[in-house]
Amino acid sequence: MRRVSDAVLASPADLALVERLRAGDEAAFMMLVEQHQAPMLRIARMYVSTQAAAEEVVSEAWVGILKGLDRFAGRSSLRTWMYRIVANIAKTRGQRDGRTIPFSSLEGGDDGVDPEWFQSAAERSPGGWRTHPEDWRGIPEERLEGRETLERIGRAIDDLPPMQAEVLRLRDVLGWSSEEVRNALDLSETNQRVLLHRARSRVRRALHEYLFEEQDR
Amino acid sequence: MSRPGSTQRALTCHEVVELVTDYLEGALADEARRRVEEHLSGCEGCTRYLAQMRDTIRLTGMLTEEQIPEEQKVALLDAFRGWAGG
Repeated sequence: MRRVSDAVLASPADLALVERLRAGDEAAFMMLVEQHQAPMLRIARMYVSTQAAAEEVVSEAWVGILKGLDRFAGRSSLRTWMYRIVANIAKTRGQRDGRTIPFSSLEGGDDGVDPEWFQSAAERSPGGWRTHPEDWRGIPEERLEGRETLERIGRAIDDLPPMQAEVLRLRDVLGWSSEEVRNALDLSETNQRVLLHRARSRVRRALHEYLFEEQDR
Repeated sequence: MSRPGSTQRALTCHEVVELVTDYLEGALADEARRRVEEHLSGCEGCTRYLAQMRDTIRLTGMLTEEQIPEEQKVALLDAFRGWAGG
């Protein structure tokens, strides 16, 4: 098994938060819950068969996190450490329930880029665009950044295979670094990047189709 | 700098589109990065595509996490109180 490096250490903010939690600060705890409950449930859900099981896993993980706070040594970011606890409990639970881990591969779904957009080996410039993608610069900002467009992005993310969706959410919605995502989800550097690439390519494509299909009507 | 000994052909648009994330992540070696940039400087289609990937990342960053149900919060706060008191 590859050793995951903890290149991202706990920040001063992490350590201060841990101190507040150890002191029993309820507001600090609830802030942590608000930030992490939803992603933790999704991560658990990748390993177990039902939403109810995922909720049990996450409840157990919170207990594990609280118990482990005294041992938290800051060798990784706090959230990376928390998510690894969730993933470990979820894996154990999933194995016990006989569920096979669904994403030992890169989950396929490599269709964000359509080979048909490019010229074939028999054409004049193999691998070149048949026609350039329509330019987004002509789209008014109110539309590009509008609620409907953002909802369309949300749906495109929901349609991704689970691991791709989670990598994209952690990286691009929550703004995690690639090291943190690799550590939290136990991915190699290359796999993290491949999953991110497939996810972003598909979301861009969905967005492009939405933006231009509407305009043609 | 010119590379007289280099026999590497130029990248195709399809290749550049598949390298876009490696490029944005700073994961390409210098030579590969140089080839991508050389292609981009002369290709309107790929320049648009790269700009769209950047827009996609920026717009995705405008999404927010889903809200969690109140009863989950209450249960977790109870667990925290039990832990802090115990």
